[in-house]
Amino acid sequence: MIKVSNLYKRFGHLEVLRGIDCHVAPQEVVVVIGPSGSGKSTFLRCLNLLEQPTAGEVVVDGVNLMDPKTDINKVRQEVGMVFQRFNLFPHKTALENITLAPIKVRGMTQHEAEEIAHNLLAKVGLSDKAHAYPDQLSGGQQQRVAIARALAMRPKVMLFDEPTSALDPEMVGEVLSVMKDLAREGMTMVVVTHEMGFAREVGDRVLFMDEGRIVEEGTPEQIFNYPKNERLKVFLSKIL
Amino acid sequence: METVISSLPVLLLGAVKTLQITAISVFIGCILGLIAGLSRLSRNRVLSFLAVCYVDFFRGTPLLVQIVIVYFGIPQILKDIQNQLVQAYGITPVFENIPIFLAAVIACSLNSGAYIAEIFRAGVQSIEKGQMEAARSLGMTHGQAMRYVILPQAFKRVIPPLGNEFIAMLKDTSLLSVIGFEELFRRGQLIVGATYQAFQIYLTVAFIYLVMVVSFSRLVDYLERRLKTGD
Repeated sequence: MIKVSNLYKRFGHLEVLRGIDCHVAPQEVVVVIGPSGSGKSTFLRCLNLLEQPTAGEVVVDGVNLMDPKTDINKVRQEVGMVFQRFNLFPHKTALENITLAPIKVRGMTQHEAEEIAHNLLAKVGLSDKAHAYPDQLSGGQQQRVAIARALAMRPKVMLFDEPTSALDPEMVGEVLSVMKDLAREGMTMVVVTHEMGFAREVGDRVLFMDEGRIVEEGTPEQIFNYPKNERLKVFLSKIL
Repeated sequence: METVISSLPVLLLGAVKTLQITAISVFIGCILGLIAGLSRLSRNRVLSFLAVCYVDFFRGTPLLVQIVIVYFGIPQILKDIQNQLVQAYGITPVFENIPIFLAAVIACSLNSGAYIAEIFRAGVQSIEKGQMEAARSLGMTHGQAMRYVILPQAFKRVIPPLGNEFIAMLKDTSLLSVIGFEELFRRGQLIVGATYQAFQIYLTVAFIYLVMVVSFSRLVDYLERRLKTGD
């Protein structure tokens, strides 16, 4: 589903990604962990070209993103993204947040889009909040609406960029449980997170990044119980 | 006091003209400002350079000078060109002079547009980067994201500074007196010329400006409060 080879990203003199190779199979849940500044978010943002890679190749669902002829807007329709800070549109209700792109981008009728939106709101447990504005919702509720918004485009892949990092602790669970449901339904997911419990429970594979490289990867069992790399051992000893 | 009362109708009609020219100029200024402000943010270098030139010129020179250029300067050049054409090709001259009202609208609109361009630019830039990213991540084009996500939020934020621009323009239209446009201040001048009651008349003029400005700024406050929801 996603194939990344030799990916580099530089911001001026700062080399954030230094040669990333990885692939994500359909229906696989890949969790990316690592210390801050290791390039996890940048890596994730290269997968839908929110960051333009400096060099390397990113292929999503058979489409080479680095090819200048690729219509990135088409690709992004198939790649949903959930942000750390939710980024809901504050001037629109929960329902309108979800229906905007399906109507304007996919060309759905309002009726169709609203039907999908209501189903998704039910799925994330917010049926009663359809007409609430983002500032009337808690952080956890906003993030669930944001997930529904991304899902409304019926993407083939979902990217999660530290989706629970900006939440109060008691709201983390409700967001993670929506993500677990999604994984169980077979959604292909790439998740950058500090939630080691989630990585262990839901991840098919865990990537540990440090200083712009994938230093170690393996099943959650391997990564958490039998880490080989020294940096990973230090990281885990601090975080667990 | 009697002079003040008897000149009030004339002054109030002047105030109406002041409001008229301000409203028209700020309205056209909004259109110019939106175009120039978005051009300035555009990735097209030529477009953004042109926008910078426009904004810098009209913010960097006094409105008074702009008014006389539009009313005295440009017609002169046009007439010179016309004369040459008349001599060269024997065409009949058509251009005589630019009407005062038109000159006033052109000068004030161009000036206002430059300030409003900056207001719109700041408004768009004040919208959190994540909004554009979220919109683009859903597959929207840059234009769609601007239209459906960024601009609707930016418009709410620019209302207070747009109100300030309106107020500034309302007062600055007094400069149109130099080309004989009979707005509030010019009418005051004319009355003073006839009655020699400078203190009373100019004080009345000032008071009328004050009433207009204060009531308008209350209106903006009210609008601002009403639009607060959802941001």
